[in-house]
Amino acid sequence: MRNIFRNPLAVAGLCIISAILLMAIFAPFIAPYDPDAIHVKTILLAPSAEHIMGTDGLGRDVWSRMLFGARISLLVGIVAVGIATIIGIFLGAIAGFYRGWVDTVIMRLVDVMLSIPTFFLILAVIAFLTPSIWNIMIVIGLTSWMGVTRLVRAEFLSLRNREFVLASQTLGAKDYRLIFKHLLPNSLTPIIVSSVLGVASAVLVESGLSFLGLGVQAPQASWGNILTDGKEYIEFAWWLSLFPGIAILITVLGYNLLGEGLRDALDPRTSKN
Amino acid sequence: MGEFVLKARDLNKSYIQRSGRFGFGTTKVKALDNVSLDLKHGSTLAVVGESGSGKSTLARCLLQLQPLDSGSVLFQGRDLAELPAHELREQRRHLQMIFQDPFASLNPRMRVGEIVGEGLLIHRLGNQEEQRERVVQMLKRVGLSEADMLKYPHEFSGGQRQRIGIARALVLNPKVVVCDEPVSALDVSIQAQILLLLKELQQEMALSYIFISHDLRVVRHVADEIAVMYQGKIVERGAIDDIYRSPSQEYTQNLLKSIPGQRALALSN
Repeated sequence: MRNIFRNPLAVAGLCIISAILLMAIFAPFIAPYDPDAIHVKTILLAPSAEHIMGTDGLGRDVWSRMLFGARISLLVGIVAVGIATIIGIFLGAIAGFYRGWVDTVIMRLVDVMLSIPTFFLILAVIAFLTPSIWNIMIVIGLTSWMGVTRLVRAEFLSLRNREFVLASQTLGAKDYRLIFKHLLPNSLTPIIVSSVLGVASAVLVESGLSFLGLGVQAPQASWGNILTDGKEYIEFAWWLSLFPGIAILITVLGYNLLGEGLRDALDPRTSKN
Repeated sequence: MGEFVLKARDLNKSYIQRSGRFGFGTTKVKALDNVSLDLKHGSTLAVVGESGSGKSTLARCLLQLQPLDSGSVLFQGRDLAELPAHELREQRRHLQMIFQDPFASLNPRMRVGEIVGEGLLIHRLGNQEEQRERVVQMLKRVGLSEADMLKYPHEFSGGQRQRIGIARALVLNPKVVVCDEPVSALDVSIQAQILLLLKELQQEMALSYIFISHDLRVVRHVADEIAVMYQGKIVERGAIDDIYRSPSQEYTQNLLKSIPGQRALALSN
């Protein structure tokens, strides 16, 4: 783990993510204004010393809304990926450990899920449900477990006949012991990497959904719906579109850097050069 | 219990291999072809043969790590393949294995104490304190120290790792130990130490070994009986001195001739 800190990509990613996480956690203390308070007198003010990112069409402080929006974006990303990872580990472990027809069924299910354009599936499902952040987290989680499943399965297939696993089996270990004590701890590295990368795409999906109005509902702030609010005023209030756009970009970039950096640092084959 | 502790009868195992330009054709590779073995209580039976002759498949099939196509493995008169899963797991404590590669056979994310104590934990032998004592005792017996319990496998050399593997296999007081090329991955100087350790432990713990090897020099030091495997079949078997003195099969003769330094030895005699 120590050579993560020697990898400039990983360090950059880690710094970006930590900064955003801290801002999200301490949003109530950092935010200068109530993010949902409407002020008729301060409509569409350009960035200034009082409102560093300006104000929106209802006079709300954009910087405050951005801070609270970060909470939503990160929460959705992390919870959705958590759900996806748990499903992926469970199905991948079963497929890779037991092989045979169980494996075939799970892998064909993965193929079917991958053949459906995820974003449209999410749109369709959300259209039937009440849009709330919990529904969004669950739906994103339920539609993005396929990568982890394949990854865990592949790791398990290659580890299953390694000598230390056979040794434990010879000792008389039950299947759950082989899986949780021997196979899973030794496949954690790629799972962590893919989860970190997964958060980036979940953040994007959430922003996309909120932008289309099917995500987080007003007045609750999210980067996606700040962007939506901004599009009506884009000709004369550029700050409403620019800042949430940059925030999404930096967050996704941060997670991708961290993920790629982790992969390089944790993979013995690439860490030597 | 009788004279024989483990009997294998007519073991067959074949693999389907894809062949042909696009992998449409299949060829059947017979890894085990009507193999039968008898292991005498307290003795060492060596299985020798070149790589690909089915030795390792035999080891794994004997311990039910791979399913057999047909045949039976009788341990103390009971067919292991017929046992229900929980009884097979129960019986496994009597049948242990020492693996070839000391770098692949220890879980890199477990401490040595955990690795050696895993068998005791699985079979719930004794309380935590007793298990710990047993692990320490076993580690000391194979030439390691109590302090090594807290270390990870990567902190040890090949020879020391193999000692850990031996401790793990023997901590359960097994009756039969299958040694799958236990010294072939080690330096020659270390090989002798490990072989000596295995021999001493055999006498102390009344172990019966099935000793799989391709190296006839090694086998000569440890075995009482030899079975020579070639292309999945046992082509010759007998007491160790008979085989070395007068091998009847051409394959065995070739194997013996291929021992380095053999000609010099013959000349000096």
